[in-house]
Amino acid sequence: MSNFNQQQIIETIKMIKIHHLDIRTTTLSLSLRDCASTDTKTTANKIYDKILKYATKLVPLAQEIENEYSIPIVNKRIALTPISLIGESCDNVDYVYIAQMIDKAAAEVGVDFVGGFSALVDKGFTKGDLRFFEQIPEALATTNKLCSSVNLGTSKAGVNMDAVLKTADVIKKTAELTKDFDSIGAAKFVCFCNAVTDNPFMAGAFCGINEAECALNIGVSGPGVVSSAIEELDKAADFGEVANLIKKMAFKITTAGELIGRRLAKKLDIPFGIIDLSLAPTPAKGDSVAEIFKAMGLEQAGAHGTTMALAMLNDAVKKGGIMASSYVGGLSGAFIPVSEDAGMIEAAKLGSLTIDKLEAMTSVCSVGLDMIAIPGDTPNSTIAGIIADEMAIGMINKKTTAVRIIPVIGKTIGDSAEFGGLLGSAPIMKVNPYSSETFVKRGGRVPAPLHSLNN
Amino acid sequence: MEENNQIIITVAGKDKTGIVANVSNALSNHKVNIEDIKQTIMQDNFVMIMLCNIEKMEVSFKEFKDNLQTLGEELGMEIWVQKKDIFDKMHTI
Repeated sequence: MSNFNQQQIIETIKMIKIHHLDIRTTTLSLSLRDCASTDTKTTANKIYDKILKYATKLVPLAQEIENEYSIPIVNKRIALTPISLIGESCDNVDYVYIAQMIDKAAAEVGVDFVGGFSALVDKGFTKGDLRFFEQIPEALATTNKLCSSVNLGTSKAGVNMDAVLKTADVIKKTAELTKDFDSIGAAKFVCFCNAVTDNPFMAGAFCGINEAECALNIGVSGPGVVSSAIEELDKAADFGEVANLIKKMAFKITTAGELIGRRLAKKLDIPFGIIDLSLAPTPAKGDSVAEIFKAMGLEQAGAHGTTMALAMLNDAVKKGGIMASSYVGGLSGAFIPVSEDAGMIEAAKLGSLTIDKLEAMTSVCSVGLDMIAIPGDTPNSTIAGIIADEMAIGMINKKTTAVRIIPVIGKTIGDSAEFGGLLGSAPIMKVNPYSSETFVKRGGRVPAPLHSLNN
Repeated sequence: MEENNQIIITVAGKDKTGIVANVSNALSNHKVNIEDIKQTIMQDNFVMIMLCNIEKMEVSFKEFKDNLQTLGEELGMEIWVQKKDIFDKMHTI
């Protein structure tokens, strides 16, 4: 017989019930390297069969574990090998058909999203990559669960500026094709600098070419747990105490994720991959990263001091979480999506949070400009400029950065876009009105940066 | 693997007669053994936490949990049923 501690049990139930502790995602990473062929239909069928073979039990077993521990597993997802690589050897490859077959398989096994409709073009394009880029908008507009991502730069290779410009075109075209639904297609597309190969979060999850046949990756969450703990702390507590408290909460959140991930991987009879220690908000009240900034003492997200608050939060989350799991990976840190976070939406509506401030924050957060709605008539070259700035931050600082931006066709400043579900809603944010056109149209590749003389 | 068979049942709500009797009776019907019980009052709410063992339980975890939660609704109490290892993991290094 072993003991139990009442306070710990009550605290755990409070974390789940009141502060929205959840496992944000269990993502099955699945290699498709054995699915390549010279015929689109054959390849698509192989992919379909493989998804059904490996993922059929993912949702029911995840639900079983959810029930055993009473911790919600919000999303069940699949991440595939970048499809540009798998489809390239097909004659006249039809990536849209492959996308639709993947979507069909995803619906069949009941997952929420499937990622990996991706290309890695940080150093340049192959012929297949060029074809792939052309077909992304239609693939996203004709599927429901498919997510797409592209890697445009790395600290080792520099940034492919031709790809930056093409990506802006992809975003705009996808937005236009899905304009009847507030351009939601663009919300399922993200571009990266220094993309990671084991990220379980969408839209950027894919199974990297260095990854094993399959693995189960976990993304934890729980900004509400952290903000409520800080709120209970004495207002005069110094930063050392605040950081320490965040570390403790991150440890608890991560151990829950590790336990559930390992149990699920065992039941699925596949290896446990990594746990991604991200604080991922949802539009639900109290499940917000912006609330953490408020709890730390800022009047609104975006107020001067927000970058420091985020830097400390991000670092403390990693420090606390890393002790709780053998394999930490993915993006790990704090996400700052606008539309998915009630506090960020409020700050953006008030004008406290601007794109420029968000850009500064991305230099210390775990990813980048995320779920930001901008006017539908924003020029493609301006979108390319926004992406280029974000890629620069990632390349120089040797970190992952990303852009998931939605030009909402037919809407402008003062309007709001409604994406629904976890994607939430977003006020249309102002972009800089001056042109970036001549700059972004230079093309070519920005050389890789120097890795010494750091200052 | 004794740990895997240990569960924590948390019952919370307004105090009234018969809570312990009703819950204990349900556990006994499912052949679930009670290893320890602690009770407390929190913000005017009665909270009972039970450490139980489901080794000899004859129904599935889901069925057992559904039955207990139905009982909770009848009693006007909130009942949580969770595997115990989550608490051990989260609160100890």
